[in-house]
Amino acid sequence: MYAFEMERPETLADAVAALKDEEAQALGGGQTLIPTMKQRLAQPGRLISLAGIAEMKGIDSDDDGRLCIGGGTTHGAIAAQSDYPALAALASRIGDPAVRNRGTIGGSVANNDPSACYPAACLASNATIVTNAREIAADDFFLGMFTTALEEGEIVTEVRFPVPEAANYQKFAQPASRFPLVGVFVAKFSDGVRVAVTGASEGGVFRWSEAETALSDNFSAAALDDLNVSADGMISDLHGSGAYRAHLIKVMTGRAVTAAG
Amino acid sequence: MPKDHGIGASPKRREDIRFLTGDGRYTDDINLAGQAYVHFLRSDVAHGRIRSIDMAAAAGMPGVVRIFTGEDFADIGGLPCGWCVTDRHGNPMQEPKHPVLAHGKVRHVGDPICAVVAETLSQARDAAEAIVVDIEELPAVIDMKKAVQDGAIKVHDDLASNLCYDWGFIEDNKAAVDEAFKAAHHVTTLELVNNRLIANPMEPRVAVGQWEKGTGDYTLYTTSQNPHVIRLLMGAFVLGIPEHKLRVVSPDVGGGFGTKIFHYAEEAFCTFAAKACRRPVKWTSSRSEAFMSDAHGRDHVSKIELAMDAEGMFTALRTDTYANMGAYLSTFAPSVPTWLHGILMAGNYKTPLIYVNVKAVFTNTVPVDAYRGAGRPEATYQLERVIDKAARETGRDPIALRRQNFITEFPYATPVAVEYDTGDYHATMDKLIEIADLAGFDARLAESKTRGKLRGLGVNCYIEACGIAPSNLVGQLGARAGLYESATVRVNATGGLVVMTGSHSHGQGHETAFPQVVADMIGIPEDMIEIVHGDTANAPMGMGTYGSRSLAVGGSAMVRATEKIIAKAKKIAAHIMEASDQDIELKDGKFTVAGTDKSLAWGDVTLAAYVPHNYPLKDLEPGLEETAFYDPNNFTYPSGAYCCEVEVDPDTGKVTIERFAAADDFGNIINPMIVDGQVHGGIAQGIGQALLEACAYDENGQLISASYMDYAMPRADDMPMFTVDHSCQTPCTHNPLGVKGCGEAGAIGSPPAVVNAVCDALQRAGKNVTHIDMPLSPARVWAAMNDATANEGAAQPAARSSGSAEGRSLGGQA
Ligand SMILES: Cc1cc2nc3c(=O)[nH]c(=O)nc-3n(C[C@H](O)[C@H](O)[C@H](O)COP(=O)(O)OP(=O)(O)OC[C@H]3O[C@@H](n4cnc5c(N)ncnc54)[C@H](O)[C@@H]3O)c2cc1C
Repeated sequence: MYAFEMERPETLADAVAALKDEEAQALGGGQTLIPTMKQRLAQPGRLISLAGIAEMKGIDSDDDGRLCIGGGTTHGAIAAQSDYPALAALASRIGDPAVRNRGTIGGSVANNDPSACYPAACLASNATIVTNAREIAADDFFLGMFTTALEEGEIVTEVRFPVPEAANYQKFAQPASRFPLVGVFVAKFSDGVRVAVTGASEGGVFRWSEAETALSDNFSAAALDDLNVSADGMISDLHGSGAYRAHLIKVMTGRAVTAAG
Repeated sequence: MPKDHGIGASPKRREDIRFLTGDGRYTDDINLAGQAYVHFLRSDVAHGRIRSIDMAAAAGMPGVVRIFTGEDFADIGGLPCGWCVTDRHGNPMQEPKHPVLAHGKVRHVGDPICAVVAETLSQARDAAEAIVVDIEELPAVIDMKKAVQDGAIKVHDDLASNLCYDWGFIEDNKAAVDEAFKAAHHVTTLELVNNRLIANPMEPRVAVGQWEKGTGDYTLYTTSQNPHVIRLLMGAFVLGIPEHKLRVVSPDVGGGFGTKIFHYAEEAFCTFAAKACRRPVKWTSSRSEAFMSDAHGRDHVSKIELAMDAEGMFTALRTDTYANMGAYLSTFAPSVPTWLHGILMAGNYKTPLIYVNVKAVFTNTVPVDAYRGAGRPEATYQLERVIDKAARETGRDPIALRRQNFITEFPYATPVAVEYDTGDYHATMDKLIEIADLAGFDARLAESKTRGKLRGLGVNCYIEACGIAPSNLVGQLGARAGLYESATVRVNATGGLVVMTGSHSHGQGHETAFPQVVADMIGIPEDMIEIVHGDTANAPMGMGTYGSRSLAVGGSAMVRATEKIIAKAKKIAAHIMEASDQDIELKDGKFTVAGTDKSLAWGDVTLAAYVPHNYPLKDLEPGLEETAFYDPNNFTYPSGAYCCEVEVDPDTGKVTIERFAAADDFGNIINPMIVDGQVHGGIAQGIGQALLEACAYDENGQLISASYMDYAMPRADDMPMFTVDHSCQTPCTHNPLGVKGCGEAGAIGSPPAVVNAVCDALQRAGKNVTHIDMPLSPARVWAAMNDATANEGAAQPAARSSGSAEGRSLGGQA
C-alpha cells in the first residue's frame, strides 16, 4: 500500500465535491479496492469514504413497487431483506461475513468484475442504477469487464430493482475464490423472462436472449433443451474452459428456472 | 471407562488456550529495539540473465539503510543441500550453487535479486520499486521431459544438463523385474501426475536477525520446524558462524507441513545483514511471497506398471518417475522422490520384484521439497491407483485383490530395502469395512440415484515409513545429517520438571502429549511437567519435527532421559530410606521399599537432590537432570485402510465427499484425541490435493495460481464428517513406547481413496474413465466424462496433446 489521504464526508454533495480532485477515488466497503491497494496495484492519493453518508444507505420501496437499495448498503443488509428473496439469497453467498458486513452494492456494480454477482441480478431484474447525476438502465450500464457507463467521480447512490414474479440465482462457485465460475440470474415478469449470466464471458455480464425467448413461452427447464451456448468469447482459465463455462450456463439456467418454480 | 490422565487419556491441548486467545508468541511478534526491515525485490520472470542493477535512485530514498545484491554474497557460501543421492551409475547427483541473492541469473519467479533494508517496511518497498533491474529473458524450462532432452536450455549453465540424477532402485533387480514383466499373465499400466502443491501454513515465514556488537553473538528468530538444523546449516555452510556464537529461536510456529524444515535464503540474509547494518533486521513474508518462495511439494509425473499372474498375485512392479526439483535443491529435496518414495513401493503387498526409476529434474520453478508425507503419498497414490485399475481390468474385487496379496508375516523384509516390524493389514481392512458400513453402500448408491447423483466407492490401503530415522542407515543413503533426537529432563527441587526437547511443536500438541508420558512414568500430575522446545540456547542438539518422528524418536529420547532420572531418584530414595535401590519402587509419585511400609514422596527425593544434607554424596552427584539422545533402530511402519464415498454431479462434474473413513494402526496411542486431530488434518490435506489444490505454472514459468483467488485451499464445508479409528494396534517393536507416527498418514492414505471413488462413480455410470489427474476439479471431471475415449488422464491438458502424460503436472487450462 502507498500512503494516501482519507476523507469521510457525511453528505452526498460533499462526496461529489471531494471526488472532483484528480487524485480522489470513492471507497465503498473496500473489499475490492483495499486488497488492490495492498498489492500496490492501485494508488489513489485520496480516498473518499462513502461509508458515513446516511442518505446512501438503506432499503425502501418506491411507488412502482421497486426495491430501492442505497448504493452504500452492505451485502449483509441486502441478505437480510425479505422483499426480494432471490436477491437476498445472492447477497448471502458473497464472500464471508466480514466481506458481507463491509462490501456494498454500489461498489460491486461500479467495479463490474466479470465474476461479480449483483450485475447479473441488475441485468435480469431490469434494474435502474441511480447516480448523483442521472438514472441509467442496467442494459446501458454494464459495458464490459470492469467497465461501466459511470463517468469519472460519479457515485452510485441507489439501485432500483423491479421485483419479479419469480426469480432465482444459481452460483456455481470457482473452487478457489468462490466467486461464480458461472452465475445465472433468472427473473420472470408478467411481460417476459430475463436471463443474465455472470462469470462466463470475456465481455462481462450479459443476457442470454435465446433462453429469454424460450422461457417467456414456456417457463420450464425443458424449454432450454434445444438451446446451446457457444463457447466463443467465454473465459478460459485454470478453473474451466470456455466450453465448460458455456455448458454450465445452460445447466445453471435450467436449475434457476426449476428453483424459481 | 476412558482414562482421564496419563497415557491413553485425551486431555485438551494446553497450548490451544494461548493459540486461540491471541496470546501465542510467534516470530512476527518479536520486535527488537532498533530493528530495520527488509523487502526482497524478486524476479518476475522465470529465467533470465541479469545484465545490470541500477540502485542509484533507490539508495537515496527516504529511510534506506542499505541495499544488498548477489555481489554482497559472492564470497559467502550458498544454501546447502542436506542429502546427496547417488545415481544408477554410482555417480553423485548434480548439485548447483544456490546463492542467497541471485547472482548472474534469475531462475524462478520469486528468486530474490535485491534486498532493501530500510527504517520501515513501506520505505523498503518504495525503494525496491525504484531499483532498475535489466534482465535478458531466457526461455523458461518448465516441462521435465523436454528439460532432459539433448540441447535443452539449462537452468544452471555450469551443470552438464538439467538432470539432477537418474536413480535406479534397486538397480541390481532391474533385469529380473523386466523378465517378470515378460512372463506376466496380465500387466496393468497407469500414467499419472502427482500434482504440485503449496503448503500454505497459516503463519507465513518470518526471520529476525540480531548481532551483538559487544559479544559478537548472533541470534536468529525464525519460523522453523528444526532450529538446531538451521543453526548447523546456516552457521557452518553459509555464513561461517560457529554454533557457539549463534542462537536460533523458533518460538510458536503456526504450522509447517514440511515447508518450514528447510533453510531459506531470507534467514541467512537477515542474520548476515544484522551484522552488516549493525542493527536487527526483520523480514515477514507476505502471502504472495509465500506462494513464490516457500518450497512447494509433490510434482511427480509417473508411469507405473503392475504385473500379475493368472491367480491375481502381484509378480512385479515397475515405476518410472520424473520428479521436479525446481530451480535449486532445497535442503532435503533429493531424498523425497528417492528414499522416501522408493522404499514405500512394496506397500502392504508381497510383490517379490520391484524396480523404481526416478529422474530428478531442474526447472525454472520454485524449489520443491518435503510436504506432509513427502514421497510416501506419491508412492501410495501410484500403487493404490494401479491396483484399483488392475482389479477392474481383470474383473476382480479391489478389496479381495488387495487382501490376497497382503503381507501377513512380520518382520517382513521387502524387496525395496526396508524391514517392516509389525502390522496387521487384514485387521485394519476388517475394521474399515465395519466403520465405513460398506454393507450399506448399495442402499446409499440407490438413494443417490434418486437425486440424479452418481455415487462411487473408493478403498485403498497404505503403509508408510516414518519416525525417521536410523542415522547409520540414512548416512549410507546420502543424508548429510544424523536423525536421532534428544531430550534433557530437568527436575526442580520442588518436584516439577521441564523437558527440553529437540522435537519442535508447531501445531502437533507436544506440550500436551509429551507430559502424559512422563506423568505416567513417575506418577505425578501432568501440570507438573513443562515442555520446552524451539531454542538452541536451552534444548540439546536435536533434529526437529518432520517425518512423523516426534513421539517415536523425540518421545523415546524423553523416555530414556526420564528413565535415567528415575534410576537416580531411586538411589537417593534408597539412601534416605536405608534400603537397597534394587528394592525401591516408584508408583503414583511415591517411592516405597518393597515388602515394607516405608515410603517417600517424589517431592522429598527431588528436594534432597538439591538440598543434599542426607545424601550419598560420595557415590552420587547432587542435582536431578539427565539428557538422552535416541537414535532409532528402524523406521516405524504405520498402516491402514481408507474408504471414501463420493457423489458426482453428472451435469457439472462437481465431486462431493459424502463419507470418509480411516482405520489406522499407529501402534500404541498416547492421546487419542490428538491422534484423531492429526488424522483429520491429514485427510483434509489429502482431500485438498485430490479435489482442489493445483499449483500451476504457464509455459513461460509464470505462477498462475499465485494467490487464494486461484489456489483452492480445502475449507470446512468441502469435508464430510470423518470416521476414524485406531483401535487396531500392533505396537512398534523397537521403540520404548511402542508407538508409530500418525502425523502424515492421513495425507498419505487419502488421495487414492478419493480418486478411486470418483473413477468408480463414473464407471458405474457407464463412463469409460479409468483415470483423472488430480485435482479432480469440476471442469476436469466433466471433461473426462464427456470425452470418455481419451480416458488416460483425459482431463489433463498436458496429457491430451500427446496421448501420454507430458513432463509436467503444472497448469494450463482445465
Ligand atoms: C473474500 C472475498 C470474496 C468475495 N466474493 C464475492 C462473490 O462471490 N461475489 C461477488 O459479487 N463479489 C465478491 N466479492 C467482492 C465484494 O462483493 C466487494 O465488496 C465488491 O465487489 C466491492 O464493493 P465494495 O463496497 O467493497 O467496494 P470498494 O472495494 O470500496 O470499491 C470498489 C470500486 O468501486 C468504486 N466504488 C465504491 N463504491 C462506489 C459507489 N457507491 N459509487 C461509485 N463507485 C464506487 C471504488 O472507487 C472502487 O473502484 C468478494 C470479496 C472478497 C474480499
